[in-house]
Amino acid sequence: MTRVVIAKVWEIPPGGRKIVVPFRGRAGIGVFNVNGRLYALRNICPHKRGPLCTGELTGQIAADAPPSAYDSDLKVNGEGEVLRCPWHQWPFEIATGRCLVDPEVRVKTYPVRIDGNDIVVDLDD
Amino acid sequence: MMSDSDPPQSPSAPTENGHNTGQRTQSTVQPLNGKPRPSLPPSVIDCDIHNEVSSIELLMPYLADHWCDYIRESAFIGPHANDYPRGAPTSARPGSMPANGGAAGSSLQLVREQALAPWNTEIGILNCAYRVQSVKQEDLAADLATAANRWQIDEWLTPEPRLRGSLVVPSRTPTRAAEEIHRFGDHPQFVQVVLPVRSFIPYGNRFYDPLYAAAVEHDLVIGINFGGAPGHPPTPVGWPSTYLEEHAGMAQVFQSQVISIIAEGVFDRFPELRIALIEGGFAWMPSLMWRLDKEWKGLRSNTPWVRRAPSDYIRQHMRVTVQPVGAPPDPRYILQTVEQMESDSLLMFATDYPHWHYDEDEEAWPVTLPEPLNANIWHENARSFYRL
Repeated sequence: MTRVVIAKVWEIPPGGRKIVVPFRGRAGIGVFNVNGRLYALRNICPHKRGPLCTGELTGQIAADAPPSAYDSDLKVNGEGEVLRCPWHQWPFEIATGRCLVDPEVRVKTYPVRIDGNDIVVDLDD
Repeated sequence: MMSDSDPPQSPSAPTENGHNTGQRTQSTVQPLNGKPRPSLPPSVIDCDIHNEVSSIELLMPYLADHWCDYIRESAFIGPHANDYPRGAPTSARPGSMPANGGAAGSSLQLVREQALAPWNTEIGILNCAYRVQSVKQEDLAADLATAANRWQIDEWLTPEPRLRGSLVVPSRTPTRAAEEIHRFGDHPQFVQVVLPVRSFIPYGNRFYDPLYAAAVEHDLVIGINFGGAPGHPPTPVGWPSTYLEEHAGMAQVFQSQVISIIAEGVFDRFPELRIALIEGGFAWMPSLMWRLDKEWKGLRSNTPWVRRAPSDYIRQHMRVTVQPVGAPPDPRYILQTVEQMESDSLLMFATDYPHWHYDEDEEAWPVTLPEPLNANIWHENARSFYRL
């Protein structure tokens, strides 16, 4: 287990993120503060290995029902819970790493904890 | 001039344009490049036989006096979409023109002899291509549809219990189309509502909801069929110059409709709806599935009501008839195409009688595929899809 100090807690306010690429490392990890909760994702999209954590944050675009004669009931649920890969726009749920368009696809997640003033990610070696 | 390679032909056999027409149902010509004729499957369901309205005169007994007067006064000959230009040699199989001069596909007797007999067809599904949607007078379009449907019952369905019918509906006004479906939808021999693939608004649009709701209520399939004359070009890039372009290019119109129907959530609004794609070919289907699935993943936020991959909807809700087979140079490619669609349930046998897509009866479905796929295509897929 490798303990990695990502940032001080004040560096990643709600809605913020920090991407850390280790020295001589590869894509690194991204830590996101989603409404006060911290999540860490591997910065590699499982689709085509794009830099997932640099993508756009959004909510979950949803419709309770298909379009009707009256409207199409489109809405955005939440804000910042979904990360879209900048390469092919595949959406991922940050809290789980789950890809919203393909249940077989999942980005690796890491446990995050706060240790004093440090945001710490434990990497399994 | 006869040469050694010409097929044997009895001198007395009637011919049309050089084709033997007298022995069409019992061909002695070597089919399939000399390969033996495959034995007939035990059961055949033909999902595309056309019953043509030769002349609007045939519908006069079913029309109100006002319309009869209007039709005579204006010399209206009926909605003629010209999908298969009458008289063009490729529009009708040799020998399919009735002796009394009606349109090919207008004679029940010839349908029995040329479409049902060769395969000992158990059930044949009629697709009446009377394009009332092309008639801009809404009331006339609706009444022509009713007349055509009564004519189908009297002249085709009642006399021939092996036949099933497709309702003609004024789809330009979906509420009137729904009325027509309610009028005849419970007739035991109507199994489908036929729509021309060329529409004036794409079929995914919610504009058509009343029509689909009625079809679902009466448990009828929506059959999307080659042709139509909505008033705009048959290609998305403007008017083609030749019949060849329009005819071969119809496959892209089918694809436009599939895209629209899935993206606009028709199958989410009507989870029971079933749609048959008739006479549009099928070899394009794998590439469309791949493309739609791929783009849906990145653009799903455009259509969040589309909850599954588009190809899933296609496999669950749609079926495709086999003629015209886009004759591949190697028949094995057909099996590859089926494998690429990842379903044994999608294809349904069809002759598309009387349109001329093949010469010998044996070529109507030119491959014998492994079981159970083979039986599925000849009858089982249609039996379960149409609940026959």
